[in-house]
Amino acid sequence: MRLRSRTARRAGLNALGVLVALVTMFPILWMVSTAFKPASEIYSLTPHPLPAHPTLGNFRSVIDGKVIGLPYWDFLKNSLFVTLSSVVASMLIALLAAIAVARFKFRFRTSYLIMLLIVQMLPQQAMVIALFLDFRSLGLLDNLVGLILVYTAFSLPVTIWMLRNFVAAVPREMEEAAAIDGAGPMRIFWRIMLPLVAPGLVATSVFAFIFAWNEFIFALTFLGTDSAKYTLPIYVTYFYGRGTVDWGSIMASSTLFTIPVLVFFLIVQRRMTSGLMAGAVKG
Amino acid sequence: MVFIRRHRLTPYGLLLPSAVAIGLLLLWPTVQIAKFSLQNYGLPQVTGVAPTQWVGGANFSATLSDPEFWLSLRISLIFAAVVVPLTLLTGTLVGLLLNRLGPKMSAFVSSTAMLAWATPAVSASVIFIWLTDPDGGVVDWALAKMPSWLGGGAHWAGFSWTNSPLPAYTLLTVLVVWQGFPFVAVTVLAGLKTIPAELHESARVDGGGAWRIFWRITYPLLKPIFLVLLLLSIIWDFGVFTQAYLVTGELGNRDEYNLGIYAYDRAFTMPPSYGVGSALALILTVILLIITIGYVRASVRQGAIQ
Repeated sequence: MRLRSRTARRAGLNALGVLVALVTMFPILWMVSTAFKPASEIYSLTPHPLPAHPTLGNFRSVIDGKVIGLPYWDFLKNSLFVTLSSVVASMLIALLAAIAVARFKFRFRTSYLIMLLIVQMLPQQAMVIALFLDFRSLGLLDNLVGLILVYTAFSLPVTIWMLRNFVAAVPREMEEAAAIDGAGPMRIFWRIMLPLVAPGLVATSVFAFIFAWNEFIFALTFLGTDSAKYTLPIYVTYFYGRGTVDWGSIMASSTLFTIPVLVFFLIVQRRMTSGLMAGAVKG
Repeated sequence: MVFIRRHRLTPYGLLLPSAVAIGLLLLWPTVQIAKFSLQNYGLPQVTGVAPTQWVGGANFSATLSDPEFWLSLRISLIFAAVVVPLTLLTGTLVGLLLNRLGPKMSAFVSSTAMLAWATPAVSASVIFIWLTDPDGGVVDWALAKMPSWLGGGAHWAGFSWTNSPLPAYTLLTVLVVWQGFPFVAVTVLAGLKTIPAELHESARVDGGGAWRIFWRITYPLLKPIFLVLLLLSIIWDFGVFTQAYLVTGELGNRDEYNLGIYAYDRAFTMPPSYGVGSALALILTVILLIITIGYVRASVRQGAIQ
């Protein structure tokens, strides 16, 4: 009797869990499903969860660039260039800073960490006004390099915090043992520090990747006139508000934009969330 | 680090690149916004036709006497006051559920939920706009099919969610809660895992119900986490830009602006007024900084900075 009620409760909880998962996934699934629907089904009076006659037409028109006049690949290239460059720059700079704050005791160390927590909260829609004027005089508008600089700097507060926890988790004894065995500083870094921090670097770079890949305000403001420079978020919204709203194309472009980042995220999900929460939950 | 400890300047050298990047691209713009907010900075000044002049508090007094400013501030405040508790409540309930599921089920549910969090704001916005589209959107269809005692009915067919402030912000509320609750849930779950199971068990043996156990044991122990989540949520939701910008139809619907969009609009919409925009941006920044100080103090007290 007791056992049965426990099984029943477990089943109930599992059902609730599946319900939460379904409700949360619903908008994403609906996006993908719409992307595969022909126009007649998209605007049908009774919407169905799955396309009755799946088509690649929406994807084809997005990839050919029938709607905007420029093919999807151009924007993918822009987004990849900006994102990967800023991730690499951010990781290099953040790793140096993380080693400093995790392994050294020095004046202003605490102040530096607190400064990072504060600047992380500066609103981007405020910063963008000053940066727009600066970049205008530096000739960095309509220029992907300008975006790389901004994405690198704006991801640093979080990437330094995340990496700091991963560096701090590397046992000091291992470095000391290697030093006693006569290994030089560079050797210790390459042979001990880097391999042990590598998983942390991956998790942190996924955060930096998501930030740069998704970023909207700066791209919107800096890439005003030159549509050949658009990154994917601007490209997705470009369809929208152009008189005829073609939901098939919007959902197809949004699927092509969203799925890579979700797949990427799922791969390192566990480690990344624990790193992100390190600030919120004492770990 | 053993290998480079020798020199006392080493840590400063390691910090230098990040300090330069943050200084130039985050701190300097903040200083500039404060400066621009006291100047008449517009198109003639940018193009060099007219010189920049200090105008004292003129931008601020123009802002404070503008009813649109007060409307946008009210929208931001009400939005945060509604969305923050909803996000925390939903996130906490899902966190408590995750804690009671088996390890595999818990991992599955939290992974799918975190996908909502990782979805780009732009995609999330266009998806929700499509879901609620008057022609072909599934939400209006479902509401029209629902029985009237649940608030449904034929009048929902073709209902436009984005044309007036209240429906637009209702949609925005659901959207922001959807994207925000998974982080709360996963953080609460991590906190719950630190509470020894015996505490809950002995409370249950003593005859405490779930409600009592939560308020007597779980909440007091997780209070620091809730405080940090509360402050982070306020900062995020008060300053929400991308989703609000897209759901309210980009720029132009002035009665639907929140503070951030209003600042952006004043700065960039022709004719641009970077001075007034900066004054608004500064007001937004100061409000967020006040909350941020609370967040930093809560983090320090928790021992996040050792």
